[in-house]
Amino acid sequence: MTQDQPLLTVEHLTMRFGGLVAIDDLSFEAQSGEITAIIGPNGAGKTTVFNCLTGFYKPTVGRLTMMRDGTPWLLEQLEDYRISREAGVARTFQNIRIFPQMSVLENLIVAQHVSLMKASGNSALALFGIGGYRKAERKAVDLARYWLDRVDLTDRADEDAGSLSYGAQRRLEIARAMCTRPSLLCLDEPAAGLNPRESGELNELLRFVRDEHKIGLLLIEHDMGVVMEISDHIVVLDYGRKIADGLPEQVRNDPAVIRAYLGEDDFAEIGGGS
Amino acid sequence: MTPAGATPPRIAVKDVCREAGLTALVSLALLIPVVGYRIANRGGDQFLETRWPEVAIAVALIFFGRIFLILIRDGGLVAPVAGGIAIAAIGWLAPIPSDFLRVVAISAGLVIIARAGFVVFAAQQKAESGREFGSGFADHYRKALPWLAAALIVFALVLPFMPFSGRRLIDIAILVLTYVMLGWGLNIVVGLAGLLDLGYVAFYAVGAYSYALLATHFDFSFWICLPLAGLFAGFFGIILGFPVLRLRGDYLAIVTLGFGEMVRVILLNWVSFTKGPDGISGISRPSFFGLEFKRYPPEGTESFHQFFGLEYSSLHRVIFLYYLILMLALATNFFTRRIRTLPTGRAWEALREDEIACRSLGINPRNTKLSAFAIGAMFGGFAGSFFATRQGFISPESFTFLESAIILAIVVLGGMGSQMGVILAAVVLIGVPEYVRDLQEYRMLAFGAGMVLIMSWRPRGLLSQRDPTILLHSSRVKPQ
Repeated sequence: MTQDQPLLTVEHLTMRFGGLVAIDDLSFEAQSGEITAIIGPNGAGKTTVFNCLTGFYKPTVGRLTMMRDGTPWLLEQLEDYRISREAGVARTFQNIRIFPQMSVLENLIVAQHVSLMKASGNSALALFGIGGYRKAERKAVDLARYWLDRVDLTDRADEDAGSLSYGAQRRLEIARAMCTRPSLLCLDEPAAGLNPRESGELNELLRFVRDEHKIGLLLIEHDMGVVMEISDHIVVLDYGRKIADGLPEQVRNDPAVIRAYLGEDDFAEIGGGS
Repeated sequence: MTPAGATPPRIAVKDVCREAGLTALVSLALLIPVVGYRIANRGGDQFLETRWPEVAIAVALIFFGRIFLILIRDGGLVAPVAGGIAIAAIGWLAPIPSDFLRVVAISAGLVIIARAGFVVFAAQQKAESGREFGSGFADHYRKALPWLAAALIVFALVLPFMPFSGRRLIDIAILVLTYVMLGWGLNIVVGLAGLLDLGYVAFYAVGAYSYALLATHFDFSFWICLPLAGLFAGFFGIILGFPVLRLRGDYLAIVTLGFGEMVRVILLNWVSFTKGPDGISGISRPSFFGLEFKRYPPEGTESFHQFFGLEYSSLHRVIFLYYLILMLALATNFFTRRIRTLPTGRAWEALREDEIACRSLGINPRNTKLSAFAIGAMFGGFAGSFFATRQGFISPESFTFLESAIILAIVVLGGMGSQMGVILAAVVLIGVPEYVRDLQEYRMLAFGAGMVLIMSWRPRGLLSQRDPTILLHSSRVKPQ
């Protein structure tokens, strides 16, 4: 395998639920240090792509290759919890899934479960005070603190996560995903329900993650303002098929994309496509 | 609610009478069949006995109690307090036919006084500080918790030597501590990992039978059997865990309930192994580092009282058992508090909150659930072997579904995940009904009433707030 192998390669991904074809022969790539957006009308199969990538669904057909530290991981063969653990794919959810009755800091410590389990001898050694668990826990708190500062939640670290506002919960979820030290971060509609100011802060945060941590970001988003502003690369889905793939400017002017968003008749009415 | 000092609004006598009258009418309808008639046995004949005076007194008590509660609600102070004193005094002095009614009347009077005082006090607090009364309680409680825990442990340690304690009190304390330990064990499964387990008594039974069979067949001592019983029970926890890995909530509860019954039915029917319904008797008693608690020890050995040069007393063994269960319970508590700060404990709590999010963070849900089942079951097994050694006799009858339900009730009423709550709930649900055993059939009534009261007063359990296992800032109390 060479160095310029893309971070994530999706080949011929197909997902059928009974007779319904949710994704039909989808292939695309995502690079490290880039934000790749997946857009498309409602029901186009965007979240299904995410669920296949993170192991919640097993794809009917297709290969999903994730490169981490020069090793390829075939995501379609890994159990869901090993995808985060070994292939380094972290995700957030469309309907936020934080741990509401645990504190904000605890949410971020739980995210570092895998490394802390190692440091504590699967908790068994640390139970008797053996090993360097306390030190590992302090390091975990440092990492949590780093991300708390980034998402502006340091002051609220000891409060219940469930008591945070909607926007803060979204930021916490991103911080929690980043605490797993991923190579690829999948964000499922991170700007949904945010006001314009929060949405601007989110753009800043995502750019920071891309530029400072050099990881790949995969983004599902409806908010075209966000998508066009921060994406390096856009994949457009409609009825489970890829209809466009390219830079934001190319996609914006692609007749197939406009048709998918506006509908066949409307598109003819405004005189496009001819 | 009017603050103290403001004039109470005019009270419409008619409305008050109507409301109190309605309450009295409802209670009359309930009391006639429940209290009014009673099947009495005399000389082999059964006949119906009536107890109208009791019904009349109870209805009058409810009528006046209701009036005073309405007055309290409307901001009155003097009248309810006077009324409460009057009720308590009548209960004390008047010729009431049953002792139970006397107790009810006196405590009703006291409750009314306390409630009136509390309402005025709360209103005053609110007027002074502008904050709702009780909002600072969580912080106060959190600060006081270490002291409270230390005080409780000291109290538990000196209890057998207090002047008021005796055989009966220590016996009750042992029983309460057994349930505290079971509650703390089940708390790991239900409170931390969020896996609703209705068959916890199965592990208690496995522990007890492991101990009994090992002790009677192989003559192992208590201290060898105890860890083995815990291991067996933990192993059963894993056996139960595997088939239910994919289940949650109601479905999980049903399967665990079935598992609990299966274990009991097997114990009942596998006569060649467990002696079935006859149970196992003659289980060896624990020894104090090899010193037995016997008046006349076997040839060549010394017993506890001889070694320490004490007069023989059967109380020695009871006190020893008391300390044994206290240590076991404290070990459970210590373990739970410690594991909460370790990755496994945090993963349990995260699993309770959101399993899908856990998977996305690389937490292995299978191992996490199995470890919760196994460890919870292990402590159930320890408690079971204590039960066997204390009783000296066990049979499947001790491990019915009711036991599971009581243990679960202790965890839920105490407040899911709260250690202190389990103690409080065990004292209320086990200790108090046991202490007032003289009240006979009213004992279970008190048990039920306790449950209903706790759930209506504090739907999330007595002590439900959860403390974070790690803090970023030294103090959690923020300036408002």
